[in-house]
Amino acid sequence: MNPLFRMHPDGTASRASRVFGLVLLVAVAVFLAVALVISPPDSGPNASENSMGDLVRIMYVHVPVAVACYTAFFVTAVASVAYLVRRSEGWDLLAAASAEVGVVFTVLTLATGSVWGHIAWGTWWEWDPRLTSTLLMLIVYIGYLALRGAVLDPVVRARRAAVVGLVAFANVPIVHYSVDWWRGIHQPATISRLDPTIDGLKLFALMFGMLVAIAVYVWLMVHRFRLEFVRARLEEQGLDTALAERRAEAETASGANPVTAPKGAS
Amino acid sequence: MEPVVNFRQAVCLLGRFPALAGVDLTVGAGEIVLLAGPNGAGKTTVLRACAGLVTVVDGEARVLGVDLRADPRPVRQRVGLLGHSSGLYADLSVAENVAFWARAGRSRPADVDAAMARLGLDGRLAGVAVGRLSAGQRRRVALAVLVARRPELWLLDEPHAALDQQGRDLVDSLMGDAVAAGATVLVVSHELDRASSVAHRTVHLAGGTSVETAGTAAGAGSQPHPVELVP
Amino acid sequence: MSILRDAGLILGKDLRLEMRTRVIAGQVVPFGLLVLVLFAFALDPDRRVLSEATPGLFWLAVLFSTLLALQRAFEVEAGDGVPDALRLSGLDPAGIFLGKVAGLVVHMLVLEIVLLAGVTLFYGTTPHAALLLVVTCLAATAGLAAVGSLYGILSAGMRVRDTLLPLLMLPVVAPVLISATQAFAAAYRQASGSGWRWFGLLVVFALLYLVIGMVAFESLLEES
Repeated sequence: MNPLFRMHPDGTASRASRVFGLVLLVAVAVFLAVALVISPPDSGPNASENSMGDLVRIMYVHVPVAVACYTAFFVTAVASVAYLVRRSEGWDLLAAASAEVGVVFTVLTLATGSVWGHIAWGTWWEWDPRLTSTLLMLIVYIGYLALRGAVLDPVVRARRAAVVGLVAFANVPIVHYSVDWWRGIHQPATISRLDPTIDGLKLFALMFGMLVAIAVYVWLMVHRFRLEFVRARLEEQGLDTALAERRAEAETASGANPVTAPKGAS
Repeated sequence: MEPVVNFRQAVCLLGRFPALAGVDLTVGAGEIVLLAGPNGAGKTTVLRACAGLVTVVDGEARVLGVDLRADPRPVRQRVGLLGHSSGLYADLSVAENVAFWARAGRSRPADVDAAMARLGLDGRLAGVAVGRLSAGQRRRVALAVLVARRPELWLLDEPHAALDQQGRDLVDSLMGDAVAAGATVLVVSHELDRASSVAHRTVHLAGGTSVETAGTAAGAGSQPHPVELVP
Repeated sequence: MSILRDAGLILGKDLRLEMRTRVIAGQVVPFGLLVLVLFAFALDPDRRVLSEATPGLFWLAVLFSTLLALQRAFEVEAGDGVPDALRLSGLDPAGIFLGKVAGLVVHMLVLEIVLLAGVTLFYGTTPHAALLLVVTCLAATAGLAAVGSLYGILSAGMRVRDTLLPLLMLPVVAPVLISATQAFAAAYRQASGSGWRWFGLLVVFALLYLVIGMVAFESLLEES
């Protein structure tokens, strides 16, 4: 294997992932500078229709983390399908790692959305279609992780989790449409929403933010995946010992009278 | 002709525990083979592996011509497993249970009636809910399902347990009938005296491996079977 | 069609089990009525809140009762050696799934008829647009039963089944609650035009989960 990607036997990092992490750290710093200081507020002659002022800066975080959480759940769904087809452990671990990181990003999406709502609408929570369907999605994936935590056998867990991982994602558009129609009845689109027209440095801040968010997702997910992978290998090492111990039972038992076989054999 | 059961160094895991750690087992068509060994030797797991319920993760395993490592599902409805649990709906009556499971296995109605009569369930017991039966009576119902389904391979896990004297004799004659009808029987029992009088051969298991196989009284007179000694 | 034959066998068996034990008729349906009464305690019956909220309260009562019906439906399949027996039975897994769905649909339709009578009597609301009401019940119930059977077998035999099943299932069936409530609201307002759009969503939902269930059930039946 390329030494760049070789993993430390007892760790979760490789040289490549360390370099990636450092680059990411710098990128996050640059992003914060661009998003919070360098890019202009949404006001003056270049402002968008709903002229959000400094409030627009929340969007540079909110939209990218939202994109990252959808990406994460999409990866979980793809890995779940791949597991159901291939039945190989790696896909299951990938689905699990991605879902865990996705849940973190979903919480961030809801938190930043709520902060925005507090300033724009004056309430911490509004039954906005997007916020509502994101909240439901969060609960679905909390359920997914709960299921993974409740099943002990790795093969059974992988099978069941793969079905839930697939169903959970198939459900996202249905929830979205139903909630959208539902709120559409009471709430015509007069309320100011989080979608200003953007251009120039604002657009750059948003795009850069998405890139950084996806990269942070990848970095976290890769480490989570490796942790699970190492754990699975550790359990596999135990298997050789268990097989040897199991075979040793036979020698003890065949030496003794089967009726008075040692307790260890039962 | 290919043996009905052919295991070579078969390994099965129950969770992380290697219940079978390399079992060699050959059962020819029309044989009655007794599996013996101490508690926890892996006897039940061998039966469940033969039924395609436990995955064989290493070694070779073929049952009724089906490669269990590739896909064990085709073997399932061709075998009949009598386990420790009855596999019956406690709230349904004896007749309803036998009829349901037999129809699921596409048995003929005449076979269902014959099986009920054979196990002595066609009288008063037929209408009683299975949940109200004793352990021995429940075992008779499970056996009736087995008889009605006419499996090609009978997998019996301590079939004599919980049965009265008459029931035990019935089990022995059922095994004989099955073989006479062309089926094969693999039976686990702790009642070695009783079982080995019916079985052609005994295979001893210990620690998830097969220790030795030897002919029994019943088998000595009939077909000669090569005695395998496995380290 | 061996799938339909097997589904019919499972359906017949579940109806027979209900005839013998009366768990749905004797426990789940009274529970649904109890929920309707509790809503009246929570929402003052004099202030017309109840009659306005009838569609939502009806479907909430259905949803809670469904959870109980589901736990019962899959408790019997987790009984003494039954999971193994099902795997060995030769029944088509997709057929088992459809049979369980059909059994649940029959039980829940009975429940819904009783609850409809309940809201008419207790909340003083008269339904209009009977056709929309009936087809909404059918489509919503099929969707609930399909998701429920999928998650029912998934959590069957688990020690944490009773707590995990609602957590997994309720967020997934949220669109059914929304759509069925809106379709009912349209029917009660005598404005069934918008109700048919919700009915369409319910049909799409039911079909999607019936297909997913038929494909995935074998995998879930495999090991438990």
